[in-house]
Amino acid sequence: MNKINRDLTVTVAGVTFPNPVIAASGVYGFGESYTDLYPLSLMGGISCKGMTLNPKEGNTPPRVAETPAGMLNSVGLQNPGVDVFINTHLPRLKKEGANIIIANIAGETPEDYAEIAGRLDETNVDMLEVNISCPNVKKGGAAWGVSSEGAALITKTVRAATKKPVMVKLTPNVTDITEIAKAVQDAGADAISLINTLFGMRIDIKTKRPILRNNAGGLSGPAIFPVALRMVWQVVRAVEIDVVGLGGINCAEDAVEMMIAGAKAVQIGTAIVSDPLAPLKIIGGIEHYMDINKIKHIKEIIGTVQPW
Amino acid sequence: MSYKCGSYHIIEKTAISAGIYSYVILCPDVAEEARPGQFVHIKVEGFTLRRPISICDIDRRNGSIRIVFEIRGHGTAKITDSNVGDNIDMIAPLGNGFTLIENIASDRRIITVGGGIGVAPLLGAAKVFRESATAIIGFRSYAQIILANDFKQSDVHVITCTDDGSVGVKGSVVAPLEAELERNDVDMVYACGPQPMLAAIVKICESTGVKCEVSLEQRMGCGVGACAVCACGITREQKESMLMVCKDGPVFKGEEVLL
Repeated sequence: MNKINRDLTVTVAGVTFPNPVIAASGVYGFGESYTDLYPLSLMGGISCKGMTLNPKEGNTPPRVAETPAGMLNSVGLQNPGVDVFINTHLPRLKKEGANIIIANIAGETPEDYAEIAGRLDETNVDMLEVNISCPNVKKGGAAWGVSSEGAALITKTVRAATKKPVMVKLTPNVTDITEIAKAVQDAGADAISLINTLFGMRIDIKTKRPILRNNAGGLSGPAIFPVALRMVWQVVRAVEIDVVGLGGINCAEDAVEMMIAGAKAVQIGTAIVSDPLAPLKIIGGIEHYMDINKIKHIKEIIGTVQPW
Repeated sequence: MSYKCGSYHIIEKTAISAGIYSYVILCPDVAEEARPGQFVHIKVEGFTLRRPISICDIDRRNGSIRIVFEIRGHGTAKITDSNVGDNIDMIAPLGNGFTLIENIASDRRIITVGGGIGVAPLLGAAKVFRESATAIIGFRSYAQIILANDFKQSDVHVITCTDDGSVGVKGSVVAPLEAELERNDVDMVYACGPQPMLAAIVKICESTGVKCEVSLEQRMGCGVGACAVCACGITREQKESMLMVCKDGPVFKGEEVLL
């Protein structure tokens, strides 16, 4: 086994990641919470907490509920606003040696998206991830992502506002994900990430109240992995641009599956909530998979699924 | 904040009341850093979300901490499947503990006020002050009383209250707290328990001008301030905002908490 020559680099939208494991937006803040445990340089990339033009307080708690093999959340995009990201978090992330830094952006109107993208265009952030898939905000978010027209409009708007690579994050709460994916591609996206959470609900049978104060929220975790995998597989076959897979990836085997389905890289979300060391375990597990299968370059496995 | 994430040995397990368990966990690196009022975040086999449990007591000499918790649902019930000799996967110590007054004057004291399982995080704080501490502990009835002897063994003066009057003062912790504060010798009140109880305590402390800190509870995600699910409304510098119970709390100043 030739461990020295093991190559984990992957390229998404022209950006090269040292390994294919990216922290998903929403569970990792701005990378400030895990530096007690390991250096950020070990992560392939970090997709920062979804940022809006102005600071946002988010939804009334409770914002989280346990579900079988997963969780529901309704944070509602609580964030300090794009300027705090640019002035405080981005320089710190760079200083701490974070590799690829992705700014996840969200807004209510096309103008919001354009303004945020424009401000980020002047920074050294590596990539934008356009959130048209958050189920927990009343305006914007997934409202744009559930129609081809809405998805295309926001993509086109962001595309016009920045020269940075643009990745659009899709919601699974649609009839045909490939239609949205194609619309986003045609509107100028460089990459697609999917899936955001599935819209779900739980009720306390004693009080008859939904557990989430927002009544419903986004389902994530291992429960949604098969859905995510299927959608990534469909989208990879429908578009030519790069696809990043996420949704319930909980271990290295899940990540490898996702890449075999065609994802160029993977994002890890809820697994980090369960286990802060999950990304490192997944990277280690991918290396182990490469060693035992004599894979020199992780790129070799991308899209190698042999469908019946 | 400096926390660890690892697997630690359970060295003692006791059922101290119906559905309430006490575990002592050997974790020298955690015990070294831990402060009263902080919590541990326990991974439960088969569950996505960890369970946050407050630290009840810290024994630096033995390199251990003690946690006392109530079975609330399937997750906390699952934790109690673990026995002495088993390992427990936890992130700890987390959050901000109580602000412990240093060098308290000999004629001054602090009061801890706990309701139900809320007395657990107050033991560690009260023990720091020993005879300069008064612990007011409230329960539904005699069968639910926990930790009363632990406070007493540390020379803490204990006032027990029960809703049904089966032991000690009949009724809530509020009346005894008011009576104690009338002596005008209290530097700080530390409180933990059900929300209405905390609201009443905060009000009394405000009206008597005594400083107060409360430990809050919220459904939690990551435990380290990243995922933003355990929000609570806090007023600081006349500005209301959503802070995180895990990172900004769980202990907050009484006057800044919106109860």
